[in-house]
Amino acid sequence: MKITLIDNGAGNVASVERALSRLGAASERASGPEAITSAGVIILPGVGHYSALVRALDERNLRRPLLGAIARGVPFLGICLGLQSLYESSDEAPDLAGLGVLPGRVSMLPTSVKLPHMGWNQLQSTANSRLLAGIDKNAFFYFAHSFAATDADQSTVATCAHGSKFVAVVERDNLCAVQFHPEKSGAPGAQLLQNFLGFAV
Amino acid sequence: MSLARRIIPCLDTDGQRVVKGINFAGLRDAGDPVELAARYDAEGADELIVLDIAASRDHRPTFLETIRRVAGELAIPLTAGGGIRTLEDARAVVRAGADKITVNTAAVERPELISELSGEFGAQAVVLAIDAKRAGDHWDVRVRGGRDSTGRDALQWAKRGVELGAGEILLTSVDKDGTQSGFDTTLTAAIASAVSVPVIASGGAKTPQHFVDIFTEGAADAALAASIFHDRLQSIRELKQFLSENKIEVRFPC
Repeated sequence: MKITLIDNGAGNVASVERALSRLGAASERASGPEAITSAGVIILPGVGHYSALVRALDERNLRRPLLGAIARGVPFLGICLGLQSLYESSDEAPDLAGLGVLPGRVSMLPTSVKLPHMGWNQLQSTANSRLLAGIDKNAFFYFAHSFAATDADQSTVATCAHGSKFVAVVERDNLCAVQFHPEKSGAPGAQLLQNFLGFAV
Repeated sequence: MSLARRIIPCLDTDGQRVVKGINFAGLRDAGDPVELAARYDAEGADELIVLDIAASRDHRPTFLETIRRVAGELAIPLTAGGGIRTLEDARAVVRAGADKITVNTAAVERPELISELSGEFGAQAVVLAIDAKRAGDHWDVRVRGGRDSTGRDALQWAKRGVELGAGEILLTSVDKDGTQSGFDTTLTAAIASAVSVPVIASGGAKTPQHFVDIFTEGAADAALAASIFHDRLQSIRELKQFLSENKIEVRFPC
């Protein structure tokens, strides 16, 4: 099955590519709508400013095919901003509409702690997870963000905390997303990507 | 459950090989960056920094190739720097596989560079490196390997850098660098309490207790060292065990 990596022009696309290739999985970059319509598996990486990702999706006419693919149940993995973009909106760019696949909005973490939330942190599991299967519950994952989804709902399967609790892992049928960077999270990150490929490909 | 303190080995390179020397004097070869990167990743390094300390235009392609090779080996974040003066320089480094960019002299000379980088890559990708040297009751920002004074106050410069969009401060104590007499906890604590972003302390590390001190008294979020790791005076795994015994949260690779 073809893995389509959405290339939003910046960010961590190459890192994700390298992490997948270390697992023996070939991927191809897509920057246009056709590639998404025909994709068997979609990964949406993203790092930096929320507006850069959401604008890129709209400028490249990717919003509709992406929503269509998610609605059809095409396995999807959002990473970092790729997770944030699934919610309705973000305080980082209040004028822009998110994909709105998940209810709630993305807001800034409390300024009582150092921001960005930068480095390795642990997860709190809140429901059974296919992505986290076989991964030590004390494993650390690499985070680099200041905004986060703080409205956990039934799609949230693990949270993390930095100043306040936020959504770290989302799973709803084939819709998956993580706030951290599995491509930069050593062995547990590789295991998570392997788990995703295990049921997606 | 909380954010782990980070241990970051730094690879100073001449573009191609890891080099070492005190205050840029008497450089000598300390190994292949790709081999060292793989070793540190396996030992539990939380990130890696690769610097081009020569940073001459001529061998830039060599440094980019080094970044590419190191990034290919790593499943942890990689910061690259040395000689980044423009957005285009930074793009080349990011395209080669760096997750973060560090700038020092060029940002002092043209502070808008920080905003440009932050605008394009996000604050989490911009590490402002500050070399600070004690000058009476404050710290002076130094450039060119700590040799030249800029007349800027390190505390004010750190705050300004964060306003401009730096997501992290890499703070080197020029007084401590190369001495192996411990990190500068006073300097680090002063900067860490003045800015809202994480601070990486650098300069002076030798013993595991030095790392305990910089994470407690110094309030550092991360600590950087080079030669003690290159020379195998200190293994990262044993260092983390010591930190853990001293109630400092660290990450052990599974």
